Amino acid sequence: MATPRFIVVGGGLAGLMATIRIAEKGFNVDLFSTVPVKRSHSVCAQGGINAAKNLKGEGDSIGQHFDDTIYGGDFLANQPIVKRMCEAAPGIIDLFDRMGVTFNRTPEGLLDFRRFGGTRFHRTAFAGATTGQQLIYALDEQVRRHEAAGLVTKYEGWEMLSGVIDNQGIGRGIVAMNMTTMETKSFAAEAAIMATGGIGLIFGRKSTNSMNCTGSAVSALYQQGMLYANGEFIQVHPTAIPGEDKLRLMSESARGEGGRLWVPRADKPGARWYFLEEKYPKYGNLLPRDIATREIFQLCLDGYGVDRKMQVYLDVSHIPREVLERKLEGILEIYEKFIGEDPHKVPMRVFPAMHYTMGGMWVNGDKLMSNIPGIFGAGECNFQHHGANRLGANSLVSCVFDGMVCGDEALNYAKGLKNGSASVSSAVFEAEVKRQNGISEGLWKADGKESPYALWLEMGKLMSENCTVIRYNDRLKQNQDDLIKLQERYKNIHLDDQSRWSNQEFLFARALKNMLHLARVINLGALLRNESRGSHYKPEFPERNDAEWLKTTLARFESGEPKISYEPVDTSLIPPRQRKYD
Amino acid sequence: MPDAIKLRIKRQKDPGSRSYWERFTIPYRPNMNVISVLLEIQERPVTAEGNKTTPVTWDCNCLEEVCGACSMLINGRARQACSALVDQLSQPITLEPFSKFPCIRDLQVDRSSMFRNLIRAQAWIPIDGTYPLGEGPRLVPKVQEESYPYSRCMTCGCCLEVCPQFMPIRTEEDKKRNFVGAQVYGQVRLFNAHPTGQALAHERIETLLEEGGLAECGNAQNCVKACPKEIPLTDAIAELNREAVKQGIFGWFHK
Ligand SMILES: Cc1cc2nc3c(=O)[nH]c(=O)nc-3n(C[C@H](O)[C@H](O)[C@H](O)COP(=O)(O)OP(=O)(O)OC[C@H]3O[C@@H](n4cnc5c(N)ncnc54)[C@H](O)[C@@H]3O)c2cc1C
Ligand code: SF4
Ligand code: SF4
Ligand code: FES
Repeated sequence: MATPRFIVVGGGLAGLMATIRIAEKGFNVDLFSTVPVKRSHSVCAQGGINAAKNLKGEGDSIGQHFDDTIYGGDFLANQPIVKRMCEAAPGIIDLFDRMGVTFNRTPEGLLDFRRFGGTRFHRTAFAGATTGQQLIYALDEQVRRHEAAGLVTKYEGWEMLSGVIDNQGIGRGIVAMNMTTMETKSFAAEAAIMATGGIGLIFGRKSTNSMNCTGSAVSALYQQGMLYANGEFIQVHPTAIPGEDKLRLMSESARGEGGRLWVPRADKPGARWYFLEEKYPKYGNLLPRDIATREIFQLCLDGYGVDRKMQVYLDVSHIPREVLERKLEGILEIYEKFIGEDPHKVPMRVFPAMHYTMGGMWVNGDKLMSNIPGIFGAGECNFQHHGANRLGANSLVSCVFDGMVCGDEALNYAKGLKNGSASVSSAVFEAEVKRQNGISEGLWKADGKESPYALWLEMGKLMSENCTVIRYNDRLKQNQDDLIKLQERYKNIHLDDQSRWSNQEFLFARALKNMLHLARVINLGALLRNESRGSHYKPEFPERNDAEWLKTTLARFESGEPKISYEPVDTSLIPPRQRKYD
Repeated sequence: MPDAIKLRIKRQKDPGSRSYWERFTIPYRPNMNVISVLLEIQERPVTAEGNKTTPVTWDCNCLEEVCGACSMLINGRARQACSALVDQLSQPITLEPFSKFPCIRDLQVDRSSMFRNLIRAQAWIPIDGTYPLGEGPRLVPKVQEESYPYSRCMTCGCCLEVCPQFMPIRTEEDKKRNFVGAQVYGQVRLFNAHPTGQALAHERIETLLEEGGLAECGNAQNCVKACPKEIPLTDAIAELNREAVKQGIFGWFHK
């Protein structure tokens, strides 16, 4: 076989790490990203990255990190891969330290760690309050080194449209479109690693995600036969700042460094109600996100929010300015810049916002390969590790770990391939390009009445209202009908922009169709799961029900619709137990 | 409180065509930023005169001033559209693409030369590999605290747009010949301070001295004023100047 080639789609933490692993072994990588990789969504991560380094003399351990993660995920995560991730985490921190990440230090010059939700240990390494930015830059720099050496070819400003799958059902590459020239091309590879991140845009403008988090590429693969797992598990972060264009996150690190949530007491004017500290003395403000979010949500629904609105106070004004400047400046700056009030002095007004998807493309528990051989999944876009609820600062570590595993496993897979992509008839690639061109032509010719942006906002509203914190079966049923109506209306779309040069409306309309399919998957998974577990909460079924629902949801695309089946969860290492934090 | 937001936007269909201006009027809502105004136009692309037009194109991603994508000239000032709040801007709000970089379409420009310069400057730590090699070097907090601001550079380009030494890029040749700009100094400063990064310190400074490097800086300090991350760029320039002298690779031009 000729020298194998590799494709990585996505230049966030997961994609860059996978790229480095392959390039480091001397193989070529074609790296695709809609934005220059350095501008990927991972830059938004603020709070930090978890690893049980136990540098605070607290007796933290890998076993404890593993247990917190499984317990925090309400036992829905497959356990062996999570254990491997927790074992790898301290080495991942060391690696970033060697790459020059400006992690905060203790006076002795060691790495400093802070607390995050869902654990009682100082386990989160951080670089001010812009940790994701520093981590992705470190990987970006290493990738640039390999780029200089000719091993990495970047396709920045290219959007993946679909996979190329041969007659035997094997993944042989991708089809992508140049977002400036609008040219569509196929790219062959022995293995392709998806690292396309989150899906926040399915919730319209009501998420903390970046503008390119559409999930479109993964949805395209799902429509080509890839399984999508646990779609219904959507994390809503307890503390975000209201905004017109997006809901900006106020990181959990604010609470990790001593920030407190409160609302004015209704019964005693001037007094404060520290509602989480009162109800959960053990974890206080550092509850896992699913629980903290529900508490805030319910409290505001009951009319106790600040000014009786859907908002509570997040207060760091009691923390010494010097500490805030050293550890939280990045996020306090965001509040100040976007709200115009100084959080060093006054409490911030926050409310929950859609933040993260625990669900994602189905990948196996050892090699992170999807059910389409040759297509791997790394980072937020896959479903492993976080079960029904992700713990704060665990995503960055899972992204990097996944990147390592996928890079290594893609190499192994390619070595084991009898017939490489060069053996595949060019007709296979041409057919997929033709199919994609057909979809594009349909859009260029569309002369209906509907605007893609208006449809998107409607979808976002439906999903935010029905598929987030509290879920009811009658509303989910209605939501399904409403989403189907949107899919119908999509057929009657039109574009204001007919230019064949850097046409953002066209690209957005293309992605919207895929977003609608994923919205259906999320909604149907939620409708069918009659229990409450982690982020998925139904008042009609308030308890976790292991007898019936300790299983992974699998969505398969069949004649235009999601079909749901289930597979067992691997709980071989930690027997499920009741989850409570009070 | 105004009930409408007035805008003037400089538009261009593609790199080869001439630019033109369009005016827009958008209903006012509190707490809008320039991005939400552009989103509004995207949804309803109609000019102030009531003529149908195409949606304005621009780059953005994070919407919280950390990715560097959405840089443009807003009322003549180089800054990010996401952190530009309408309530703090005088009207009509003028939006233009950066003038020193090639225009792709409307407010989108090609800043790829900035990334290429990072290759030239070897802006990385030369680690042996990503396999387990134990802990990183110990660093006193002071070093970390000095380096951290430089590590926040988001390659947004504001410091280049405002720099009198940075010439507009019109051809491929310009990209190579041009002054690298303050952004690269900040990065060289960052990597040269790191215990492992030091290995390449000398070569990095030599790169800065090549055509398009350190010698070109006129020290007008516009860069430091324009940097949204408040990176002490002129400190980096001064430090690297001194370093160059120390290394004896700095000769005839002392500014
Ligand atoms: C505001 C915020 C703060 C956070 N803070 C933390 C934190 O403190 N700790 C923590 O652990 N986690 C945090 N998270 C979560 C974490 O940041 C993300 O889960 C993680 O960065 C995802 O990384 P990724 O590599 O999977 O994908 P991303 O970084 O999202 O990158 C996706 C990549 O895929 C590319 N892409 C997508 N679609 C296509 C396509 N069709 N074609 C080509 N390229 C494509 C994009 O261009 C991009 O390069 C935070 C999340 C948010 C929103
Ligand atoms: S100090 Fe140097 S880099 Fe900064 S704006 Fe002036 S000439 Fe440009
Ligand atoms: S130094 Fe500042 S202005 Fe220049 S690119 Fe970096 S962040 Fe932008
Ligand atoms: S969109 Fe990222 S800086 Fe403005």
